[in-house]
Amino acid sequence: MTVPKRIGKIRFGLISPQEFRKMSVVKIITADTYDDDGFPIEMGLMDPRLGVIDPGLRCRSCGGRPGECPGHFGHIDLIAPVIHVGFAKLIRKVLRAICRDCSRLMLKENEKNMYLEQIQTLERLGQMTDDVVNKVFSEARKNKNCPYCGAPQQEIKFERPLSYIEEGHKLTPSDIRDRFEKIPDDDIQVMGMNPATARPEWLILTVLPVPPVTMRPSITLESGQRSEDDLTHKLVDIIRINQRFQENREAGAPQLIIEDLWELLQYHITTFLDNTVSGVPPARHRSGRPLKTLSQRLKGKEGRFRGSLSGKRVNFSARTVISPDPNLSINEVGVPMDVAMELSVPMLANARNKEQIKTFVRRGPDRHPGVNYVTRPDQRRIKVTDKNCEEVAEQIDIGWGVDRQLADGDIVLFNRQPSLHRMSIMSHRVKVMPYKTFRLNPAVCPPYNADFDGDEMNMHVPQKEEARAEAEILMRVQENILSPRFGGPIIGGIHDYVTGSFLLTHGTKPIDRQGVMELLKKFEVSELPAPAGVTDKKPYWTGKQVFSLILPRGLDLNFKADFCYNCDVCKGEDCENDAFVVIRDGQLLKGTIDAEAVGAFKGKITDRIIKEFSPSVASEFLDRMTRLALRGIMYAGFSFGIDDEDIPKEAAEQIDDTTRTAREKVQQLIEAYNAGELEPLPGRTLDETLEMRIMQTLGKARDTAGKIAGRYLGLDNSGVVMAVSGARGSMLNLTQMAACVGQQSVRGERIKRGYAGRTLPHFRRGDLGAEAHGFVESSYKDGLNPTEFFFHAIGGREGLVDTAIRTSQSGYLQRRLVNALQDLEVKYDGTVRETRGMIVQFQYGEDGVDASRRDYASTDNVLRIIKNVLKKESA
Amino acid sequence: MRLSDKEVLERLDGLDLPQSIKEALQAGLQGAGVSEKQLEEIIAQVAADYEHSRVEPCEAVGVVAAQSIGEPGTQMTMRTFHYAGVAEINVTLGLPRLIEIVDARKIPSTPTMTIRLNQDYAHDRDLAREVAWAIESSSILHLGSIATDLAEMNVIIELNPGAMEQRKITSTEVAERLKEETGLSVDQKENVLVMAPEESSYRELLQLVEKIKRISLKGVEGIKRVVIRKEGDEYVLYTEGSSLKKVMQFDGVDPTRIKTNNINEIGEVLGIEAARNAIINEATDTLREQGLSVDVRHIMLVADIMTVDGEVKQIGRHGVSGEKASVLARAAFEVTVNHILDAAIRGDVDDLKGVTENVIVGQPIRLGTGDVTLVASKR
Repeated sequence: MTVPKRIGKIRFGLISPQEFRKMSVVKIITADTYDDDGFPIEMGLMDPRLGVIDPGLRCRSCGGRPGECPGHFGHIDLIAPVIHVGFAKLIRKVLRAICRDCSRLMLKENEKNMYLEQIQTLERLGQMTDDVVNKVFSEARKNKNCPYCGAPQQEIKFERPLSYIEEGHKLTPSDIRDRFEKIPDDDIQVMGMNPATARPEWLILTVLPVPPVTMRPSITLESGQRSEDDLTHKLVDIIRINQRFQENREAGAPQLIIEDLWELLQYHITTFLDNTVSGVPPARHRSGRPLKTLSQRLKGKEGRFRGSLSGKRVNFSARTVISPDPNLSINEVGVPMDVAMELSVPMLANARNKEQIKTFVRRGPDRHPGVNYVTRPDQRRIKVTDKNCEEVAEQIDIGWGVDRQLADGDIVLFNRQPSLHRMSIMSHRVKVMPYKTFRLNPAVCPPYNADFDGDEMNMHVPQKEEARAEAEILMRVQENILSPRFGGPIIGGIHDYVTGSFLLTHGTKPIDRQGVMELLKKFEVSELPAPAGVTDKKPYWTGKQVFSLILPRGLDLNFKADFCYNCDVCKGEDCENDAFVVIRDGQLLKGTIDAEAVGAFKGKITDRIIKEFSPSVASEFLDRMTRLALRGIMYAGFSFGIDDEDIPKEAAEQIDDTTRTAREKVQQLIEAYNAGELEPLPGRTLDETLEMRIMQTLGKARDTAGKIAGRYLGLDNSGVVMAVSGARGSMLNLTQMAACVGQQSVRGERIKRGYAGRTLPHFRRGDLGAEAHGFVESSYKDGLNPTEFFFHAIGGREGLVDTAIRTSQSGYLQRRLVNALQDLEVKYDGTVRETRGMIVQFQYGEDGVDASRRDYASTDNVLRIIKNVLKKESA
Repeated sequence: MRLSDKEVLERLDGLDLPQSIKEALQAGLQGAGVSEKQLEEIIAQVAADYEHSRVEPCEAVGVVAAQSIGEPGTQMTMRTFHYAGVAEINVTLGLPRLIEIVDARKIPSTPTMTIRLNQDYAHDRDLAREVAWAIESSSILHLGSIATDLAEMNVIIELNPGAMEQRKITSTEVAERLKEETGLSVDQKENVLVMAPEESSYRELLQLVEKIKRISLKGVEGIKRVVIRKEGDEYVLYTEGSSLKKVMQFDGVDPTRIKTNNINEIGEVLGIEAARNAIINEATDTLREQGLSVDVRHIMLVADIMTVDGEVKQIGRHGVSGEKASVLARAAFEVTVNHILDAAIRGDVDDLKGVTENVIVGQPIRLGTGDVTLVASKR
């Protein structure tokens, strides 16, 4: 094996005209591209020596075919020097800092040495030299006379975009270049430049590089017409003006015309380099679209740096819609057959797998799992077809490679954008399935933040052994159950999994043998636990017993369930609501399993299992839990319909009463306010106080309405089960559906805008009442009246705008954070350092503890160890 | 044989474990009466668990920290204003506040201070109120009314004796302050002050009124409002506006328990370590208020990178990212073209050590598994 080559460093610098002429393959003199026969014109902009883009031709410089030949630079000799826009500011600074006669930097020898030393120290430390260099320029500029030749200095005025005016005369680029040429090397260093890589006179162009055709390919339109790249257009302009300039000068044209042409040449070269310079009108295409020139190609999100260099494109990937499949393990992904037959994993034939590979090849490309390509030992690739597969299979021998189609058990990476954290890309085991979507266990939705309303996800197939090993050891779903953000489980039950567990384990409903069998259908359970009791001579079990079957032995745990009512005095194990979970040696003795126990982001049980046992035990538990929970929900039966939002008549009356009294109270407040009897809250104006009091009153009314509705909606209501168990929705959602939607707000205040002094024209001006400012008294079930509906839409719109803005803002925050921190790494000595080796932290997080394993170093863990050791002794 | 607490303590003292774990051990073993064998077993287990919890070398902790703080950002509210602690004072919270912290803004959009008082003052409502009056900056509008007389072309200020009494300022003092700030003469008749602009024009007159309104006559400039609240058994002052250095010196103020949300101010007054802690505290509070749990270690790392070289630097183009060693990394972030042009004239060398640079040139990055090299031992 060859050791892979590594690029060690990249040095940046300016290119000198001499060097450039040396590396140029052709001098471009004609502005034309192709002749009438469609062949590139020699010494034109499409000279065949610049590289090839047309298929079938070969590069005249390197002999490469299109795709092989990287392209070669040509050059244009400029008739007169021209300023490089990017350096306009620097040229100004240098001009002002050097003597107009002797071109020396106008600082005394000792000052120069001092600054040079500072610059060199900073460079050695890898720090920015900008501050010192700017000081050099500003100090040097202060001199009225040159300290060396004594020549008096004139102020140089700079006019945007590119004029330098001295004593009322415009300095031509030639003048500037002459001055710069005389600057001694030592002075250049003090100005923060490296004379070896960047002499100041090179800031002024005398020769213009012509980029190879490979970076400005022309496109042939359907009509057979050629359409040239923006850069080519710009180069055509430059050559034309350059020629005209030359002709005019040789013909001895008047100074005025020469100057105009010079300026025009400057304009074209400026826009060739950067088409967005302020003060320079952008060069436009015939259609009026501004041209995309060099600096536009580099800049921005879709530019070369961010778009092409930092964002690479890949092969061996697939993308399709995702859908749920609870029967898959959390470590698996269902891959459609079509995808599996297209993607492949390379295999190298050796003595052990030769025969196996042959059988794969014999299957051809159309019978899964087959082979799409084989690679002969001489690296020639042969496409396997239905016809040649037998023949090729016979030839397979040690040293041959095959591209085997993706099959069950292969490791792939699975990803959903936006990839906000590392759990957005995890590795799964392939399970090839019929139909056209990727399938995944809904328990892994939270880390991907996926749902199934049309989300698409990407899959990547690692092609190397090293990559597969890393994917399997570090990136597997089960290795990522714990989030490094807070050290808790991020994978766990959602929606029906939580509801199912809740329904199964809540209370001690008896389940007969048949029911238990039904629930455990998908599990390998050889023996049932002892029945919880006998009724009608038939033994029965409880849901808690059934759930215990999937808990690992040796698990001990106590915690409050999600639906705990937070009573004033917690009765702990004696909780009458069955909201205190007690697990002893893997037996669920008391309490109900809900979101707190198995849910994503909470999952106390998952958390304990992964920390006390291992990730594989935890993933096993999650797999079994998801299956059992679905059996549980199916066994109990579960549905939610419009009639689940019904509340009894007396409840509706009570709610009406509440809202009526609330409205009256608001009216009283308004009257008190009008009468001037309202006491302002400290630090608030009277108006603000009134608003706050009204909001309070109405908020309380909604809560009371909710409570009334809640009293009549018990655990026999599916909505309540979902809200209480943490599966989906909240009691607030139910309140809004069944009782009262409540106050609509914009920016935390009641709705005020609209017409002068009123929100809608059918209210009185200055009406401060509840209805006039967006209090929605109806419930969603009853339906909203037109004004309520309108106010609700206003409140809803704010939410939408909010989300839209938030995503862009937090996206940028994330990008900045990642960019600032990405190079930090824990070194072998435990320090955190960046690329220069600068220590950012002497010990990571002050204690060297990994955030996702922080529980092992927690006080709780220490106390548990002490307890266990002491218990062992006494036993 | 049981070990005494002292013996246990001595044994724990020599351990190479973080302080928090040692403290937990101490607390757990206090009076437990362990035997030496038990103690050794406990220590061995704790040490093993600690070893297990340690970060692995080459771990890309930076990226993890950035993601851990950035990812919850999507879940935060945009609601700028919220009432934190006191209903009377608005504070920026949520995503805008987090962005503000990371941006290292010179002045936050809603600067506030929490001032706790000395023991002698903290329990006395009147004394607390006195301190509050002294700190709160008083403008002319707090003390009386201001009017213009267009006939005489002058400004008439009528001071309210009650208000002045409360804020402990006399009309002569007010006149002095106005003279000092405007440089104009002030005609004082009891509680009525009359001033005229230099040039008697309508515009000048109105400008003078505006200027007078802005002058801080007493108290700390920039502190627009002070609210007193009782917390537990002590009175605490909350302010709108912040001026740490000045407020710290007031009589009655406990300078060790004073807080401000202006991180830069903390950096200037108390030093960079204090600024680092302020960043950690502010970010943690902002995230916690939104109900998001993020491990401190991530926030610490952000705070540390912002403060490593002695001044509070922004996360972004004008701070950390803009001062990176690598040209390519800077160019790939923002202001691409300028970075490349500058690098060219300086003759910079990119050592290709960071992540972006290596992605750009297409070779494995030197981080995580990419930073591991195998060393074979000689047999």
